[in-house]
Amino acid sequence: MRPPRRLPAAVAALAVLALAGCGGADDPSSGADTDTVRGTVTVFAAASLTESFGTLGRQFEAAHPGTRVTFNFAGSSALATQITQGAPADVFASAAPGPMRTVTEAGDAAGEPAVFVRNQLVIAVPKENPERVTGLADLIRPGTKVALCAPQVPCGEAAGKALDNSGVRLTPVTLEQDVKGALAKVKLGEVDAALVYRTDVRATPELTAVEFPESAGAVNDYPIVVLTAAGNPAGARAFVAYVRSDAGRAVLTDAGFQPPPVG
Amino acid sequence: MTVAPGTVRRSDAARRRAAAGRLPLALLVPAGLGLLFLVLPLVGLLARAPWTTLPQRLTAPGVLTALRLSVQTATLATLLCLLLGVPLAWLLARVDFPGRRLVRALVTVPLVLPPVVGGVALLLVFGRRGLLGGWLDATFGITLPFSTTGVVVAESFVAMPFLVIAVEGALRGADRRYEEAAATLGAGRWTTFTHVTLPLVAPGVVAGAVLCWARALGEFGATITFAGNYPGRTQTMPLAVYLALETDLQAAVVLSLILLTVSVGILAALRDRWVTGP
Repeated sequence: MRPPRRLPAAVAALAVLALAGCGGADDPSSGADTDTVRGTVTVFAAASLTESFGTLGRQFEAAHPGTRVTFNFAGSSALATQITQGAPADVFASAAPGPMRTVTEAGDAAGEPAVFVRNQLVIAVPKENPERVTGLADLIRPGTKVALCAPQVPCGEAAGKALDNSGVRLTPVTLEQDVKGALAKVKLGEVDAALVYRTDVRATPELTAVEFPESAGAVNDYPIVVLTAAGNPAGARAFVAYVRSDAGRAVLTDAGFQPPPVG
Repeated sequence: MTVAPGTVRRSDAARRRAAAGRLPLALLVPAGLGLLFLVLPLVGLLARAPWTTLPQRLTAPGVLTALRLSVQTATLATLLCLLLGVPLAWLLARVDFPGRRLVRALVTVPLVLPPVVGGVALLLVFGRRGLLGGWLDATFGITLPFSTTGVVVAESFVAMPFLVIAVEGALRGADRRYEEAAATLGAGRWTTFTHVTLPLVAPGVVAGAVLCWARALGEFGATITFAGNYPGRTQTMPLAVYLALETDLQAAVVLSLILLTVSVGILAALRDRWVTGP
């Protein structure tokens, strides 16, 4: 299912890069284009992008005086529902292709979405790793409590795939409604471990990430797109270009995201 | 004593008839608008419901399990609230003690607290690392988070203020002369409470219990935070609706309608049997 989707995404990614190159927001020589970008850019972004997009927003505002970036961070699926029900947004950044498909199928995306980062699952455990967890197999020890995301949300879908790949038959105590919910259960000490994104653990000082090989087969692609209902299409395009620029990628990589398959 | 309430009721009815003569537009128009405001979202749900696929949706795996769990936990939570909430309401209405105002304000805390925060607060008390949770586990082997009992606890926490406020209001509105008469005739405080006060405020208790049950049935935030979400154990209908919304708006609409139908049906049946309207 993955390879056929990756090619158009890659083509789109190259196309957007090419467009960005023409009047790239990250290109210091494009003074004329910078001047035309004004006003408020409203970005609907997945909850896992909260920290990194916050930083990117501030940098974008500094690079484009006269602009303001406002965010609506929530679960990608909830955002997709809001957008298809007519919420006024300029840009949508999803944590998985599924919610993005909801938006494109409703005709709300201007152009092809482009994958701008990928995120991988890790096992989140308390800093001192008291249960000595080294891999998925350690999570099925009797008495070990594990939180997963519900299969309906991207992180749960990825967790299901990783567990299937590993053959470990894990029964969690809870299936959380989003990745932050699973994270909170480990932070509060109610569970011993949770399968969450690497970026979430990196943003949480009291937790440690235990990498596991099976997560390589369950990597989440994050697509981004300008929306047809955008009230500020120029600003929206400039923001997407900024996210995909070298400066943008540096912030995202620093947060623990991986670069997209091509580009 | 049996004559007096009858007289009161008759004069009430007479007053009602007199008031019915003139319906002021200044009340009718906002009343109509208010009703419309409350009912329109329901119309929205009905308009979007996928009627043709309804039977398959109803029998989809997990739906009945979640529904049964919802009704069971909400009922247990209401019983728990009655057991603890009616005495608490009596205390607030009938006993003058220092700090009563503060206690009354504290009772409404769960109303103001965002339910998710309420769930976190419950974890901080009854969780594995909570103030009482570790002791409960070590002494009695009771762990509340991620259990059906945990769902009942979360629902009770959020719903109890509705019961306490309703019952306290009924107690304050009740004529205290009957209680005084009972005391004069030699009844102790407990006998007065069970034989005079409670029958007197029964409609208020029932109304409070109904509010409490309805709130418990719709509880989402505290439940998912404190008890988690696991099908058959802690996944109630509101949790199932929320997760269905992640992937399938129509499924979420259907689940909401099922929950609404069942709750309205149960409340209507109860009303016919136990609550006699005017």
